[in-house]
Amino acid sequence: MGKVLALKTSLLAVVGFCLVSGGSGAWAADDLTGTLKKIKDAGSISVGHRESSIPFSYYDDKNQVVGYSQDLVMMVIEAVKKKLNLPNLQVKLVPVTSQNRIPLIQNGTIDIESGSTTNNLERQQQVAFSNTMFIIGTRLLVKKDSGIQDFPDLKGKNVVVTAGTTSERLIREMNEKQGMQMNIISAKDHGESFLTLQSGRAAAFMLDDALLAGERAKAKKSADWVIVGTPQSKEAYGMMMRKGDDQFKMLVDETIAKAETSGEAEKLDQKWFQSPIPPKGLNLELPFSDDMKELFKSPNDKAFQ
Amino acid sequence: MLTLASGLDWNIFFKPAFDGSGTYLRFLLIGLQWTLLLSVLSWILAFVLGSIVGVIRTFPGKFLPTLGATYVEIFRNIPLLVQLFLWYFVLPEIIPGLGTWFKQALSPVVQQLVTGVLCLGFFTAARVAEQVRSGINALGRGQRGAGLALGLNLLQVYHLILLPVAYRIIVPTLTSEFLNTIKNSAVASTIGLAELSRQSQQLGEFTAHWYEAFIAVTVLYGVINIAVMVASRFLERATRLPGYVGGKD
Repeated sequence: MGKVLALKTSLLAVVGFCLVSGGSGAWAADDLTGTLKKIKDAGSISVGHRESSIPFSYYDDKNQVVGYSQDLVMMVIEAVKKKLNLPNLQVKLVPVTSQNRIPLIQNGTIDIESGSTTNNLERQQQVAFSNTMFIIGTRLLVKKDSGIQDFPDLKGKNVVVTAGTTSERLIREMNEKQGMQMNIISAKDHGESFLTLQSGRAAAFMLDDALLAGERAKAKKSADWVIVGTPQSKEAYGMMMRKGDDQFKMLVDETIAKAETSGEAEKLDQKWFQSPIPPKGLNLELPFSDDMKELFKSPNDKAFQ
Repeated sequence: MLTLASGLDWNIFFKPAFDGSGTYLRFLLIGLQWTLLLSVLSWILAFVLGSIVGVIRTFPGKFLPTLGATYVEIFRNIPLLVQLFLWYFVLPEIIPGLGTWFKQALSPVVQQLVTGVLCLGFFTAARVAEQVRSGINALGRGQRGAGLALGLNLLQVYHLILLPVAYRIIVPTLTSEFLNTIKNSAVASTIGLAELSRQSQQLGEFTAHWYEAFIAVTVLYGVINIAVMVASRFLERATRLPGYVGGKD
């Protein structure tokens, strides 16, 4: 008994010594909590990404995950490697959908999600959001010669939205309050919404402007389609993490804030929104908005609604 | 850390739905109504069409049985989701006049329901046809010959002798096929019909309470299917024949 105890004490001493002398990272190993501890223990980080959220997170023609949000989350991964002193950290990329991304964060399948997820108050009750990566406005995609300029022109028309988006909620509200007698079609995903628009079933497609630009880039003749209308809402895209994990959130927030204030994020904005992007080499030509300028000056994690 | 962040919140079903239709509970029940409507209409189509195809597969000669077999192989071997996509997106494009009328004159909900019924009905008909065919083949071959020898024509033989028994033999498989139809009706969510599974996804999207949404939809499908199962037990008991499957000698 006594021997075992002595052994334990000496072991503790050794461990303690190692901790004191080897404290090159910001936190010693036993100070880690939550996600960072899980990553350290597993030697791997699981990152949720989207499959076709152009240009935020999607597969390019070589089946690699690319995009604005993907570039930003790579910076986060670098920061995690540095903090945990794990240069060989294994990165697992997990494709997620808008239906499973929150459950997968909650049950620990993925440690962070970086795609095109809106930070809103309902979701904040379930998950945590990083500093905002991007701000969009909800607008309309229409055929160039359709004559639709803005939302009032939609009276009596068929309008398609992607099920479960803020646009769906907004357009249904507008329809009811202003008696516009629109037929609202809610399609399964953005690709199907655009197909519904292209096939003539709907006269307009309402969604986040950046995603509309991404969908337009997939069209056979992109020039036939234009984005119009006064933005009906602003939305803040953030990375998603588990709730109540301040240590990990702080690291992610710092990384994003640094990218935004240092001009790195603006370069990414240029790369993904104002230059030719894979797979077809199309330029989305989405100008750097005033909201984005404001955000990059003072990064924050506030939701708009 | 890996458990649910905030526990389950069942009050979510009593909060107002995003589309102003009432509470989320009501919202789910509206979805349930669409699921039942779609399933019943599809089943009627499947039963009628499947019976015809199943019967002609057992007709004498070559042409009609081959036609029936071709139908079954096509509709049974193409995945349901692909079939729905073909009905909804491809078919209206390749029938110029009618397709354009369908897309533009009809309201989206009607388009979705009609497409869903046609797709699910034609798909299930292939499966019903196989059951009807095997029901007929399960009868002794002599029955057909005896009927014809009595001077009945072929349709009378089917109507008066073969089908009344064949249908009774296949009641158990038909009822389970109806259960399949109810579950398969969830594919209509992919073309935007606001049926049960779509409504539960919407509930998840707008409240972020995904677990509650999944659990509620599971329970609701369970309730419908148990109700159908109980009803089918009665039907099976009422129609079974002595000397055949499920019957007492």
